[in-house]
This record gives sequence, structure tokens and C-alpha cells, in this order.
Amino acid sequence: MITITDIHKHFDRQEVLHGIGASFDAGKTNLIIGRSGSGKTVLLRCIVGLLTPDQGEVLYDGRDIHHLAGDEATRLRQEMGMLFQGAALFDSMDVLHNVLFPLEMFSSKTYREQLQRARFCLERVGLTGAEGKMPSELSGGMQKRAAIARAIALEPRYLFCDEPNSGLDPISSRIIDGLISDITHEYGITTIVNTHDMGSVRGIGEQVLFIHEGRAEWTGTGDTIEQTESPHLREFLDHV
Amino acid sequence: MLYKSLHSLGNYLLLMRRTFTRPQRGRIFWQQFVREFYQLGFNSLFIVILMSFFIGALLCVQIKINIWSPWMPRFTIGYAMREVILLEFASSIICIILAGKVGSNIASEIGTMRVTQQIDALDVMGVNSANYILLPKIVAMVSAIPLLVTFSIAAGFVGAYVVCWAGGFLSMSDLTYGLQYSYDNWHLWSGYVKALVFAFIIASVSGYFGYTVQGGSIEVGRAGTNAVVVSSVLILFTDLLLTNLLMT
Repeated sequence: MITITDIHKHFDRQEVLHGIGASFDAGKTNLIIGRSGSGKTVLLRCIVGLLTPDQGEVLYDGRDIHHLAGDEATRLRQEMGMLFQGAALFDSMDVLHNVLFPLEMFSSKTYREQLQRARFCLERVGLTGAEGKMPSELSGGMQKRAAIARAIALEPRYLFCDEPNSGLDPISSRIIDGLISDITHEYGITTIVNTHDMGSVRGIGEQVLFIHEGRAEWTGTGDTIEQTESPHLREFLDHV
Repeated sequence: MLYKSLHSLGNYLLLMRRTFTRPQRGRIFWQQFVREFYQLGFNSLFIVILMSFFIGALLCVQIKINIWSPWMPRFTIGYAMREVILLEFASSIICIILAGKVGSNIASEIGTMRVTQQIDALDVMGVNSANYILLPKIVAMVSAIPLLVTFSIAAGFVGAYVVCWAGGFLSMSDLTYGLQYSYDNWHLWSGYVKALVFAFIIASVSGYFGYTVQGGSIEVGRAGTNAVVVSSVLILFTDLLLTNLLMT
């Protein structure tokens, strides 16, 4: 479970996040939705520790990521997997070595076991046979699936996905959504997905947080979102 | 301007502090080191040899045409050429050329990793991205530079011999005597010492510009240009300091 409390963040003189608080349950796909520029990505970057909030705390089962140092911080990071908007695969490595990378860096398994784990992860995302391909040889959807395989290689407790469907066709989007949801339930991971894709909200949104201009405006589930009385969320829904 | 420069210097020093830590996985560091040594060092060998060969030849021709007089001993041409090659060309000028070739390569490679979020991916995994990306490049560049300087000196001398033989400017024995005349071993070593410092500047400054890119492809291109300009200026400035320090 991840809990965020009173997160504030500003750049220069512009305040982007105005005291957001929420909790994201384990074993559920938690979605953060909102218009472009609403602060979703900044919030996610604060949650994963790529940005430090000006105020507030981010607790991973009681551990504040912004107050951990040294081995404790590294240990927590090994429990995290992230799927970036552009997949962020290492373009100097083939698909297999991208998935092997976190295992080689942090796992105490033998190389043979690491290889087995990497192949299992690729099989899990339906990329058997693409091991030797370079990221530039893959389609957008395949890149995202390879990035998911890399994210789950170390069996993370927390999974983060930033706009996982951006640039994908609707069918590929649903495949990626399905994978994220299945993996979340299979391993009981706390998953947070940043999206503005209503297909994802309706399909996998077990818990939804709507952000408007850096403020948390609404929380609920994908099933109840249509009954919202929040004017900004209503406007958002009417335009997608 | 001053504030911006000091801010950049502070950020550079902080980045170096993160870079110079123990690698998280020694085996991966050595794999990276070998790859970078090949890319940054071995792949620069041809351009270094080519340029040094022609500069060695041209120095001979220029000294013969513009400086030489009947009052000067003939071996002076070889002597002057040797001093220029050992003291400045093989270390400083070759490093400025490498700042253009290797510096822009490092800055654009790391800058592209930054804008495509590959560095963020490393950070989220718990990898010290500065150490993982920059340290092998800096160590490889500093390790490769003595090799490049040695080949540069040799190619410069070969160029001089070839032009003297082909153009009849000077007899082989006069050139050989000039190259050996009043030889001071320290001139050779000071060139190596300077080159080691310049190699560090090229790799670390270019790495800094790439690592701190914000934006897209235009900023990556700009980082490449800035890396070359700043590295070259720093090399010249450090050359002045080191020459005073090492030669006096």
C-alpha cells in the first residue's frame, strides 16, 4: 500500500501540486486520471522519487521514500518497477538483455537462473521469440510489453505506469491494460497507472483518483465514475 | 552569467561526487569499460594517426620554408618539429580534436538517454545512473589517451620522415639527429600528464552536459555543441596552467 499526504510541488513560481493526499491499495490497479497539464506526471514522479515534493510525504508500507538513504533506499527501489511513457528501453541492449539488466544488477541468482527468469517474464508478456531484437526493431506495443517484462523481472511489490497506452492503437492498449491488471492481481502488487484513456478507466480502474489543476477532485472506481457530481470530472468525461 | 557559471560548477561537482563511487556490480562496470575503451579510444585511433601524420609532415615543410636560414644548422627542423609534437600537438591539439569527436558523441548519447527517460529508468531501479553511465566513459577515456598520444607522436615523426624523403627537404640523418638532439625525457612525460587531465575534462564535462539535458532533440544537439566548446576552452585554459606548472 502506498499513502501520499499533502503533496505540494512547485517549479519556479508556479505551484503544480496543491496538497494532494490519497492512498493506493495493494492488489489493485489504482488509476490517476486528469487532463494534460493537471499534474499527473509530476505527482507520479514525486511518488517514485524522481522528484522531491516541497512538502508532504510518500509512504511505501510505512517507509517514506524521500527520507530513506543508502541501502534502505536501494532496497525499496528494487521493490519498484516502472513502465515509462516511451517504454525507456535501453537502446544499446537487445530485448533479453533489457529484461536481464535489473537481475544482473541486483539479483543474487546464478546467471542461468537469471536467464530463466528473464525468459519467463518475456513469455508472460507474450514476447517469446523477440529476445534478440533491438528496441528499435519493435513496434510501440511490443516495446511497452518488453518494458513491462523488465519492470516485473525483480518481482516488484509496486508497479508504476506512466501513460502506458500513449501512441498505441485501441487493441494494443487493451492488451497492455490486460497485462497490467493480470500482473497486479497475480502478484498482489500495488499498481499506480497514470492515464487519460477512458478505456483503461472503465476496463481496469479499480480505484480512480481524478486530478484537476494539481488538486485531488474525486476518488472512486471505474464503475462509479459516470455518476460523478464533480463538474470538472463531468467536463473531462464529456470530452473523451 | 557569474551566478549561472557557479551554479553549473556546483552541479558538475555534485555529479562527479555521485560518479566517483564504487560500482554496484564490478563485472558490469568492466563490461562497460571495455565497450567504452573500444568506442572512445580505439575508434579514435585512425583520425589521430591521420591528423598527426599530416601535421608532422606540414610542420617540417613550414619550418623549412619559413624559418630555416643558412645560418641555422639543418637538424633544427627536426628538433623544432619534435618539440612542437611532444609539448603541444600530441597532447593539447589532439585532445581538442578529440573534444570535437568524442565529446559531442558522449554528450549526445547521454542526452538522448536522458530525453528518452532511460536515465530515469535506471534511477527508479535503484541504479546509480551517474556512476553506471559516466564512470566507465571517464575511466576508458583516461586509460585510452596515453595510447592515442603515443600513436600521435609516432605518426607525426613518420609524417616528417615521409615528407623529407619524398620532398627532399632534409636528409634522413639530419632529421634523425634533430629528433634526438638535446632530448629531455620530461617533455614527453609532461605531454602524457597534460593529456590525462584533458581526457578527464573531455569525458566528464561532455558527460555533464549530456546528463543535464532537459527537453528534446534540439536541446540534445545544443548539449553536444556546448560540450565541445566548453571542453575545448577548458583544455586551453588548463594547458596554460599545466604548462607553467610542469615546465618551470
